[in-house]
Amino acid sequence: MATIVVEVMLKPEILDPQGNAVASALPRLGFTFAQSVRQGKRFEIIIEAEPTPEQLAEVEKAAEVLLSNPVIETYVVRVEK
Amino acid sequence: MSLDTVAAAKLTPENKQPFAELGLKPDEYARIKEILGRRPTSSELAMYSVMWSEHCSYKSSKVHLKQFGDKAPKSDALLVGIGENAGVVDVGQGYAVTFKIESHNHPSFVEPYQGAATGVGGIVRDILTMGARPIAVMDPLRFGPADAPDTRRVLPGIVAGVGGYGNCLGLPNIGGEVVFDQTYAGNPLVNALCVGVMKHSDIKLAKAAGAGNLVVLFGAKTGGDGIGGVSVLASETFGAGGSTKRPSVQVGDPFVEKILIECSLEIFAEDLVVGIQDLGGAGLSCATSELASGGSGGMKVALDKVPLRDPSLSPEEILMSESQERMCAIVEPNKLPRFLEICKKWDVTVTSIGEVTDGDRLEITWNGELIVDVPPRTVAHEGPVYNRPLAQPAYIDEVNSQAVNVPIPSSAGEIKAAVLKLAGAPNLADKSWVTSQYDKYVQGNTIQSQPDDSGMVRIDEKTHLGVAISTDANANWSYLNPYQGAKLALAEAARNIATAGARPLAVTNCLNFGSPEDPGVMWQFAESVRGLADGCLEMGLPVTGGNVSFYNQTGSVAILPTPVIGVLGVIQDVRTRMPMSFKTADLDLYLLGDTYADLAGSEWAFLHDQRTGQSPNADLAREMRLIELLLAGHETKLFSAAHDLSQGGLSAGLTEMVLRYCVGATITLSNVGIDLLSESPGRVVVAIEPYKFEALQELGLKFSTTVSKIGTTGGESLIINDCVISLDELRNEHTSTFPRLFG
Repeated sequence: MATIVVEVMLKPEILDPQGNAVASALPRLGFTFAQSVRQGKRFEIIIEAEPTPEQLAEVEKAAEVLLSNPVIETYVVRVEK
Repeated sequence: MSLDTVAAAKLTPENKQPFAELGLKPDEYARIKEILGRRPTSSELAMYSVMWSEHCSYKSSKVHLKQFGDKAPKSDALLVGIGENAGVVDVGQGYAVTFKIESHNHPSFVEPYQGAATGVGGIVRDILTMGARPIAVMDPLRFGPADAPDTRRVLPGIVAGVGGYGNCLGLPNIGGEVVFDQTYAGNPLVNALCVGVMKHSDIKLAKAAGAGNLVVLFGAKTGGDGIGGVSVLASETFGAGGSTKRPSVQVGDPFVEKILIECSLEIFAEDLVVGIQDLGGAGLSCATSELASGGSGGMKVALDKVPLRDPSLSPEEILMSESQERMCAIVEPNKLPRFLEICKKWDVTVTSIGEVTDGDRLEITWNGELIVDVPPRTVAHEGPVYNRPLAQPAYIDEVNSQAVNVPIPSSAGEIKAAVLKLAGAPNLADKSWVTSQYDKYVQGNTIQSQPDDSGMVRIDEKTHLGVAISTDANANWSYLNPYQGAKLALAEAARNIATAGARPLAVTNCLNFGSPEDPGVMWQFAESVRGLADGCLEMGLPVTGGNVSFYNQTGSVAILPTPVIGVLGVIQDVRTRMPMSFKTADLDLYLLGDTYADLAGSEWAFLHDQRTGQSPNADLAREMRLIELLLAGHETKLFSAAHDLSQGGLSAGLTEMVLRYCVGATITLSNVGIDLLSESPGRVVVAIEPYKFEALQELGLKFSTTVSKIGTTGGESLIINDCVISLDELRNEHTSTFPRLFG
């Protein structure tokens, strides 16, 4: 069994209202370390065995079409044991 | 890249500049050099390019839009006219209302959710800028064919964006339109309307007066959003290679906007600003040049003081950035401390970035170096003006000379099939799938919203004074005859106000067209403006402002000419409004107005792929008599219900009426096919108690309007002559279309 992880982040130039909300909440709770925060999302896709290159290409395609909005987001696909 | 200063520009006149890439024509670039007496700096070039874009300068439309002023009817209601952020009308009791409609078409095609959301945000700030509290929004939307794959991408995103932003702001969405046509594939139209209310004394204008007053930027920080969005997005059509020019998308944050609204209203209440402008298309370039141009003197701005979200932005990018949720105010120095205090209370970032001067130049510096030195009027108001060639397109004679050739139902079975087909047609089907994603009732003042003829909100909780708004366009008629089409859309919007018992008062418009560089499109535009201006003059309704969206076309195929007309009306007591349908049995149904064989441009013809024939002629004198009849009947509580007939004719009108409160009707028609399907303008179905017939007849005589009895209410079916359709079957057909298409 293997896990394919897809991480989706807003492109750096795109405003991230959620990240900003987190960034301004941190100091209110006493956490002063953050200069800024960007928030993304993470998908864990479980498959039966080590993924083949073809399967990874399929996941890339799914990430492009469904998991991310390529107009405003970027994604990274990787395999976790 | 090194800083391009005014001093450097003087020393290096030969430097090549990317004016063409920024959307400027060679002669426009030459004119900038002539105005400045040197080559522009890159920052100046950025400013001129966005401000002289079609979107900001109205360079192709200006010569035509002048008619709205030249032909303006005399109106005591108009407090602020065209030219400001939005027009303001007097609605009585010391209240003024401001309303405006704008397009956000191109951004919504690129990124439907954010495009539509920021469209709502932008128009809300325009209304706020006038000093008014925004109280409601409306959104007329147009898409490609309902079953096209791209519509499945674009429509849900746009609807979610409109809902997401408006709902977060706590603004009720009280209506709009959803229309499908092949020509909108790749060119969806997202028009956003906002209405706001204030007291007369609270009106604010975009001007920077008084030397020494401070230029204060407040709201969100500036990032790389939509840089060049105005000039690139609004001036170029999307071709195969379009994606390389795709700018970064503006992302809105409605919660920041909500705070900005409350913060601004508190600042207005304490009278802390001299002038104010929101930052929308063309961002700081627009705000600084328009404020300076609207005032008396000049302005100095230190651009490096602008708070940035992305510190790597260059001065050119800061000037062009379209980051959302920002405002620019002119503040007297002694009022600044209080201004800052209020911003601090609301946690709004605020920075003084410059001051008004007694000169006549707009000077912008970057770390002390002069990078912009221009006469502000040349940027904001004295851009290029084009008298573009126009020519009646060849298709007009061709389609006008062809008769409409559609089957006319006559047997019970054919009638049933036709009524059900229209009930379920995407353009006429129940729109709850869309409108249920919008909050219609937040703030508790909504009296009417979709599917009623108009949206209506209460503006005073003690006197129950209210306003009603309707937006309408019939692009099929505009295609056949743009002059008549615009007049007919105006008449329909006004009628939709009057059926509720509100008196039409003022007009706004959003004119969506193809490329102005196509003489045929330009002719459609000119004819539409002429029609609207003539119509407004005839009906005595002033145009308070509006918006033009050109370049809505894919390749050589332009969208149908789509002038969306918004009419605002006032009702003294919203509790007396007339509902669009009947709630009880045993009422008599009457048709006001005359029915002719008007099938050209009808929904029935559209369903049979026919876009031929001649549009009806708008008879606005008759329309005004009908409106007066409705208002007189409202005054005497004559009507139990009144519903406008438009797209889909009597068939669609009856469908909407019987389904509204689940009370059926029995209808008798002599020329049943035409009677059901014709879309003759100037018609309304009313329900009255039988004993009131004479009073209705009297009004009909008084206002020279035909009154014909068509049936009675009651039962659980819509019965038309010998054709019986159960309400369940009709409802199923009417309500299943959107869920089936969009899940």
